[in-house]
Amino acid sequence: MSSAMIELILEATLDTLYMVAVSGLIAALLGIPLGVMLYVTRPRQILAQPALNGALGVITNIGRSVPFIILMVAIIPFTRALVGSSIGTNAAVVPLTIAAIPFIARLVEGALNEVPPGLVEAAQSMGATPWQIIAKVLLPEARGGIFTALTVTIVTLVSYSAMAGAVGGGGLGDLGIRYGYNRFNPTIMLITVVILVVLVQGFQSLGDYLVRKSDHK
Amino acid sequence: MATRQGGLFFARSLLARAGPGATSVAQMIRLQNVSKTYFSKGKGAGPGGVEALKAVDLHVPKGQIHGVIGLSGAGKSTLIRCVNLLERPTTGSVTVDGQELTGLSGDALNQARHRIGMIFQHFNLLTSRSVFANVALPLELMGMKKAEIAERVTPLLELVGLADKARQYPAQLSGGQKQRVAIARALASRPRVLLCDEATSALDPHTTGSILELLRDINQQLGLTILLITHEMEVVKSICHRVSLISGGELVEEAEVGDFFTAPRTRLGRDFLNDFLELEPPRALIERLEADPGPHSHPVVRLAFSGDAVSTPLISRLARECGVDVSILQAKVESIQDRTLGLMIAELMGDAADTRRALSYLETHDLQVEVLGHVQRDD
Repeated sequence: MSSAMIELILEATLDTLYMVAVSGLIAALLGIPLGVMLYVTRPRQILAQPALNGALGVITNIGRSVPFIILMVAIIPFTRALVGSSIGTNAAVVPLTIAAIPFIARLVEGALNEVPPGLVEAAQSMGATPWQIIAKVLLPEARGGIFTALTVTIVTLVSYSAMAGAVGGGGLGDLGIRYGYNRFNPTIMLITVVILVVLVQGFQSLGDYLVRKSDHK
Repeated sequence: MATRQGGLFFARSLLARAGPGATSVAQMIRLQNVSKTYFSKGKGAGPGGVEALKAVDLHVPKGQIHGVIGLSGAGKSTLIRCVNLLERPTTGSVTVDGQELTGLSGDALNQARHRIGMIFQHFNLLTSRSVFANVALPLELMGMKKAEIAERVTPLLELVGLADKARQYPAQLSGGQKQRVAIARALASRPRVLLCDEATSALDPHTTGSILELLRDINQQLGLTILLITHEMEVVKSICHRVSLISGGELVEEAEVGDFFTAPRTRLGRDFLNDFLELEPPRALIERLEADPGPHSHPVVRLAFSGDAVSTPLISRLARECGVDVSILQAKVESIQDRTLGLMIAELMGDAADTRRALSYLETHDLQVEVLGHVQRDD
């Protein structure tokens, strides 16, 4: 294999990692709070706001029901307004992030739902405010579940990022399609798939490790 | 033991005596006309909602251990949750340590809750925190500084005998140890009142005993007022001063524990006592019992005697003075706090006039007599 080819693969790998890392990070920063809000505004919860909860739920569901490939092209004007271009790696990060936010939020909401209500009740009996309950009870107790949620999201982002080629985002998926499929180069196809598998395995193992470490149950 | 005593002494000095309404024989907990109705849109709820508590009045003086006993679904849980407003009463007022809580919300209510500790059936310790950090939690919530927190947590762990477990996590502890941590946590904010929600129901009998002992020590040495709910007579017997019986959301009976165990006034009270004492007539006898006396029948009675009656040879006198033979079917003697309680199921064998005389003789001698029924004579 030519050194140019190796360089292409390396570049594509870095592009993928870049897209996954940036969109994953931003999505976590926005999705975790959204997940917390989805949970604590439920009826009979510590900050019950049924109307707000309903609205957030609908928005979250819309975000999750639009197929990623459609989302990516549908928000091109928004992407252009945000990053100044609708093609390239940075342009791909925008739809990836937007797809990942509701994904993380629902998973985080589920993780919080696993915290026994008795723990919240105990904190309330100690005079904890809703924010203290979130910071000192819900999030720490759901830490394992939140790490699981983030791991699932990262792995999903790796596979979504393979579609980023549609907006010229580069990355391994794009390389696989352009060189492996369109130019009939099975070696490239195989290599990109193997690297993707290794990446997913790596992220999953790291996630599992963090879950184990945070679990004192 | 020495460390534990030392811990108690230290903890006592920590429990500063100040605060609103701290008079000498103050009512520490006062529930007035407290009702709680759940209006649920869910299944099975009637148009008026479910009445979990109906016009409950409860007064617990400072330093007392008050038990509320009842069956599942009687409203115990709702009652104790109304004291610190985990459940807000639909009507009525709740006053703790001279402060009416029902008028409070938000920060003021949270401040008031710092003065009310609570422990739970399933301990409710945070699995993500070490034993030390669990006990520190209420102090963190109050905004206390780290150094101060350490000064307070360590003696509390000594108090509950778990100083060596500070760095462990709840998952590594036994049930009894978890409840000890929960007790230390509940005491951390120096409460005036401790609420115990079925605190020993998830524990084995031996561990239950040691937790109750700890609660009694805390009550005696720190002067902490304790309100507990339970379905176990053993708990009431072991540590309570007074007891209320709850049924269908109402307090149907309230008494000193000694009185309750010797002479419950309600049918439910007697049922609890009988279940506890396991004093029921033999099944074969129950089947033969008839409500009304026949021409040739003997009364079967349940006798409960306490105080002087225990030491009086009543049965032999009954035989001598009334000419009635007494066939004892079951008997039991229990020590309840400083009182002795004797219970007996007996058949009074004699003719109708003699047995009537015997019954009135028993009643005049401070015995609780209940005629369970009548059995036909075999002969």
